[in-house]
Amino acid sequence: MTSRGRLAIAIIVIGGLACAGLPLILAGEPYLMRLVTMFSLLLVLAASWNIVGGFTGYPSFATGAFFGLGAYVAAILQAKGVDWRLALVAAGLAGGVLAGPVGYGVLRLRGHYFAVASLMLGTILKELTTGWSDLTGGGMGLTIAGAGGDPEVLASFALRVSLALAVLTVLLGAAIKWSRLGFGLDCIRMNETAAAGIGVDAQKLKTYAFILSSIPSAVAGAVYAGWIGYIDPTDVYDVMWSVKPIVAVLLGGLGTILGPVIGAAIFVALEEIVWRNVLSFSAGGLGVLIVLLLLVLPAGVLPSLVSGKTRS
Amino acid sequence: MQLAQVILNGLLLGGLYAAMAAGFSLVWGVLNIINIAQGSAVVLGSYVAYFAWRYAGLNPLLAVALAGPLLFGAGWVLQRFLIQRVIAAPVLITLVFTFGMDLILNNSMISLFTADYRKIEGVFPTVPLSLGSLTLPVDRLLAAAAGIGAAFALHVYLHKSRLGRAIVAVRMDRQTAELMGVRVEIIYATTFGLGLAMAGVAGCLLAAIFPTSPLNSAYYLHIAFVACVLGGLGSVLGAVAGGLLLGVVESLGALFVGAEYGTTVAAVVLLLMLFTRPQGLLGRAGYE
Repeated sequence: MTSRGRLAIAIIVIGGLACAGLPLILAGEPYLMRLVTMFSLLLVLAASWNIVGGFTGYPSFATGAFFGLGAYVAAILQAKGVDWRLALVAAGLAGGVLAGPVGYGVLRLRGHYFAVASLMLGTILKELTTGWSDLTGGGMGLTIAGAGGDPEVLASFALRVSLALAVLTVLLGAAIKWSRLGFGLDCIRMNETAAAGIGVDAQKLKTYAFILSSIPSAVAGAVYAGWIGYIDPTDVYDVMWSVKPIVAVLLGGLGTILGPVIGAAIFVALEEIVWRNVLSFSAGGLGVLIVLLLLVLPAGVLPSLVSGKTRS
Repeated sequence: MQLAQVILNGLLLGGLYAAMAAGFSLVWGVLNIINIAQGSAVVLGSYVAYFAWRYAGLNPLLAVALAGPLLFGAGWVLQRFLIQRVIAAPVLITLVFTFGMDLILNNSMISLFTADYRKIEGVFPTVPLSLGSLTLPVDRLLAAAAGIGAAFALHVYLHKSRLGRAIVAVRMDRQTAELMGVRVEIIYATTFGLGLAMAGVAGCLLAAIFPTSPLNSAYYLHIAFVACVLGGLGSVLGAVAGGLLLGVVESLGALFVGAEYGTTVAAVVLLLMLFTRPQGLLGRAGYE
């Protein structure tokens, strides 16, 4: 492991410990608690997208599909009286089980074809969820009972679960990056044909990456559903759940372990400071951010800092 | 007989899809860019037609002459001075970039025009033509004919005019075209301008039939993409075939599966196509 790798591990461990203490420090600060929960959920999505989009180099727009699926699986199970812990596990499983066959098929496509096929997964799930109204409540959405109804207990609970999930997802990213799988994904990103030539089973590794990326996204959806208490198809299958994580990773640094952390923090901060003041133009504001980011800082904050220059 | 009517409706719808897909396909084929903002550009064209009708009483089919040049200019400038700077970047970057442009354009339209649906009324006769037991609404017939006509005009322009042949040359082999003295950056700007002009034309035709709102843009993008892949990348006539096919598939899907699953039906057809014949109906392999 490189010295930079050890530094990253140290930062993750210290950050993880700090996260364990955060809920205690933030108790009684509902605004900050909400902000940190938002950050954690975005970080989960960003770090898990990074496995497919960053490590493997496949431009996936399917994050929102798994997020929405997880939200619905958990909400339906909880409505039927299943314990929340079990519901989170089931959401993750559902994400992984769907990602297997979908990934195996869709990952045969490359470039633009893969991007749009992955984008369509969310649209399809949204239509099916809206159509299957007996189970999902259709366009009317579903209400989740929550943790006994006390909003403060629920907020603190959501904060702790989402922080823990975020730390686990970043660790998962590190574990993949420094494993045989990560090396294989590196090869695929650089030159898939050559990777296949030296014996990398690209189809298998890509599918593994896709499954591993979908599980935390689905669990994040489940946590979100429990936290907000009400979900409907247009909210949880919103394409923004796919795009925001990509922007966060591009802000921080594509394919790096700490890039998603830095990117998600900057993104949430920008969202609060800037867009709160121009509420009616929040989506447009994100567009301006994207265009400026890609023109000025195409490599993201982290690699630019490391290499000491802003243009790669 | 009901089936024949459904297929006819699908073809009329498909004529509009053809116009939407033609520009999208051209930009994708020549610049290797998926323009996520294409759907919003279509909506912008619809607004041009709507306001021209509202304030000057202009027929939306004639508003094409207004929206086409307007969007061509906007597209030319956007490509020449903005997109050109990321054109060589990986797929992810160009995708996210045009996504950002789409967010700006779409949110601007919602801010300026609100998300309310607006409809052009009283321009076309409401009594449909009849063809045996089949009925043909006049507005749909004219709009579909105009859509296919615009796509054919683009095809002829690409193959007969000097600039059009340069565009085709760049699509086939950028480096060789450059060596022959073609200024690739200008060709890119012209191509992107043509792509948006086609979106504007499609927008005018849609405004003649359907209510206009920025909320439609994602659906239009989706249509353009599916039609383009069905027909085959890199061929305007392929986009026309793909648009017509998609219109029929959607109408049949609405009949047999239910209109609320329109996107799912189209997506299933698209995925089957991608796995079995990725070059599309009329596309040529290796044209990516």
